[in-house]
Amino acid sequence: MKPLLDIEDLRVTFPGRSGSIQAVRGVSLKLGRERLGIVGESGSGKSQTGRAIMGLTPPQATVTAKKMMFNDIDLLTASARQRRSLRGRQMAMILQDPKYSLNPVMTIGRQIIETLQTHESVSRAEARDRALAMLEAVQIREPKRVFDLHPHEVSGGMGQRAMIAMMLVAGPELLIADEPTSALDVTVQLEVLGILDRLVADRGMGLLFISHDLRLVSTFCDRVIVMYAGRIVEELASADLANAQHPYTQGLLNSLPRIGHDRHPLPVLDRKPEWAL
Amino acid sequence: MTAALEVRKLGVEFNGHKALDDVSVSVARGESFGLVGESGSGKSTLLRAVAGLAPVSAGTISIDGRELRRGKRNRAFYREVQMVFQDPYGSLHPRQTIDRALLEPLAIHGFDNTENRIVRALEEVGLGKGFRFRYPHQLSGGQRQRVAIARALVVEPSIVLLDEPTSALDASVQAEILNLLEQTRKDRKLTFVMVSHDLAVVSHMCERLAIMQGGHVVETLPASALADHKFEAAYTKKLFEASEGFQRKVHTEAPA
Amino acid sequence: MSDISSQAPLSWREWLMTERPGSRTQARLGRTYTTWLRFCENKLALIGLAILILLLLTAAFADVLAPYSPYIGNLKDDRLLAPSALHWFGTDDQGRDILSRVIYGSRLTLFVVILVAIIAAPVGLLIGTVSGYAGGWIDAVLMRITDIFLAFPKLVLALAFVAALGPGIENAVLAIAITSWPPYARIARAETLTFRNADYIAAVQLMGASPMRIVLRHIMPLCMPSLIVRVTLDMAGIILTAAGLGFLGLGAQPPLPEWGAMIASGRRFILDQWWVAAAPGAAILVVSLGFNLLGDGLRDALDPKEEGR
Repeated sequence: MKPLLDIEDLRVTFPGRSGSIQAVRGVSLKLGRERLGIVGESGSGKSQTGRAIMGLTPPQATVTAKKMMFNDIDLLTASARQRRSLRGRQMAMILQDPKYSLNPVMTIGRQIIETLQTHESVSRAEARDRALAMLEAVQIREPKRVFDLHPHEVSGGMGQRAMIAMMLVAGPELLIADEPTSALDVTVQLEVLGILDRLVADRGMGLLFISHDLRLVSTFCDRVIVMYAGRIVEELASADLANAQHPYTQGLLNSLPRIGHDRHPLPVLDRKPEWAL
Repeated sequence: MTAALEVRKLGVEFNGHKALDDVSVSVARGESFGLVGESGSGKSTLLRAVAGLAPVSAGTISIDGRELRRGKRNRAFYREVQMVFQDPYGSLHPRQTIDRALLEPLAIHGFDNTENRIVRALEEVGLGKGFRFRYPHQLSGGQRQRVAIARALVVEPSIVLLDEPTSALDASVQAEILNLLEQTRKDRKLTFVMVSHDLAVVSHMCERLAIMQGGHVVETLPASALADHKFEAAYTKKLFEASEGFQRKVHTEAPA
Repeated sequence: MSDISSQAPLSWREWLMTERPGSRTQARLGRTYTTWLRFCENKLALIGLAILILLLLTAAFADVLAPYSPYIGNLKDDRLLAPSALHWFGTDDQGRDILSRVIYGSRLTLFVVILVAIIAAPVGLLIGTVSGYAGGWIDAVLMRITDIFLAFPKLVLALAFVAALGPGIENAVLAIAITSWPPYARIARAETLTFRNADYIAAVQLMGASPMRIVLRHIMPLCMPSLIVRVTLDMAGIILTAAGLGFLGLGAQPPLPEWGAMIASGRRFILDQWWVAAAPGAAILVVSLGFNLLGDGLRDALDPKEEGR
């Protein structure tokens, strides 16, 4: 089957004071209708990879790739206008903190309707019905009440659910989630992930899950890509994580404290310069 | 033996909202004690109340058996008790060099031989002399947190309050900082009170821990009880399960 | 790490830009140098700086630069002469060379500007930071006093003070200083409020530092950049207020060559002998522009958000 997303040799370059800096250095990946995780520490280029796919790279940076196909659309040659119509309708992105990604002066319901109306010509009443249905789908108990609330009036978990609702209302095929639950409490985190998981499965979407949390990604995704210094160092099935080959992945796994494992001191990661080559 | 830190029936109110309600905790000298909970559980508020940064409305706090007066703390208290903050980007003054950050507590408490003390403090946290005159923006998150630890230790306290000291750091850096903290505790026979949302981190670092929720202590238990699944409160169980990562509820197949 | 000292001698630039300074002085100089580099990126700001350096030099060497005396003119032959090779800017109604008067006037302008900055900025800074850090009733009292001062138009209030204190350049300076601190207090307070709950301030509190120490050593340095920028941008306004007072006859008294007073005396012949008012007017314009350009440049260079780039 043809993959939903097919990327070869993606590079994102930022101009700097002393020469340019490559944040992403030759990332290749294929994504079908599955859950793919990208794990890495800060500065590994994982977020810039997601942003480049969405076309949200900051204007001063340049994106190059040998191939960047989404379904049958070549993202490299697509016009700004084409990409805009793709965003939201066919691919969507959830960011870390709903506080910053929702418009503070617009009610949650209004924002969901807005997203819907940008991509489809629907009547007001229908848009409202679909927005309410979407809020229900993300397990918000009183969708009618939340519909009329402003983002600051809801909790972090509720805000992130609203965000998911807004992103999925137009029925995208690809969802990129950049640290979608890092700002949430652990128990809320799992609830939100549960909702996300069910929606992705029911709608047959492809999910690109970007996170620093190896444990979370490996339990949530089917496959995991590990990034270090702008490159993919390892790609493996989540179930095989314990048998990771690359010393970076192993080191990352080992450095996590675990309940019931008495390791003092914790093994620390010995960063080898050749990993970044 | 008197406890190093004894909190009895403590209450903290912010504008009528009870952030802490009737909380009692006792930490023995040399012990490492953890406070686990989610946001709004009051775990950080408890730490801040001990440090004198939160308004206490009820109950008492004692250090080494001496009860603290409400409100102002005296200088002797701050030689005894120090704190490391969560955000290494926010806990260092942006316009002061590392040198200045370490000199300030020494100057306030009238220490002599500041030159040697600063150099030694930096060495203890694994930063060489080369870092001494840098500004915080020239350091990585892990290095900043090391400076924050050095700043807390430079006045030779006996109790260190740790407010999520590694939650803003990458996993591999977290391991380094946790090891450093453990090492200094061993070397200086410190008493730790550590706040974290991460059950695994607390169980690694602490001998005993209190689970907090909504301004109350739900359960106090030894760290070994977590490994043996010997906890009673439903909330503890929930946190414990959450710490193991995501669990997919399988509908079609029988659960494994 | 130990090989820093054994390295080959560094160039000045490398020494200043090093990532690991070896002493307090080097760290401070390095920081100043990076700020200077940032400042230099703004060409207009450099022009502003050049204008002000020129002003300083003019004031310092007025005796040498001025071709004639600023006070004594030739009433018989030289009244109201148009600009010429002999008198570049022409002469005024007293037969005095205007160029010389403008050159000497730079001293008065500098005097006013520096004195006002020295008096008003620290007062505003202290009141603002104390008010912001202390909060409660101290904040309320100090801010209501500030509001009272802010409620009056600056020039009107200055006029009232000069009327009470008596006309003269010193009293004009005092009046301007008294009326210009409230905005600084407001800025300092607003800045303090954003810092006071930061962890690094809590960290100093946990060291047992006294409130005064925290305000003086930890909060004030943070408020300085925005205050410096604001003062620089206000300089133009201060010069204009001083000129305004001079124009109204309440500032510098004749025969002092104060630019505002010079315009006032030139007003009578503005249609026929335009140069009498034009020269000091142009001087005010150029110097005000210089301060504004410099202030803009400083805002970019000192912005703490730029830190770490």
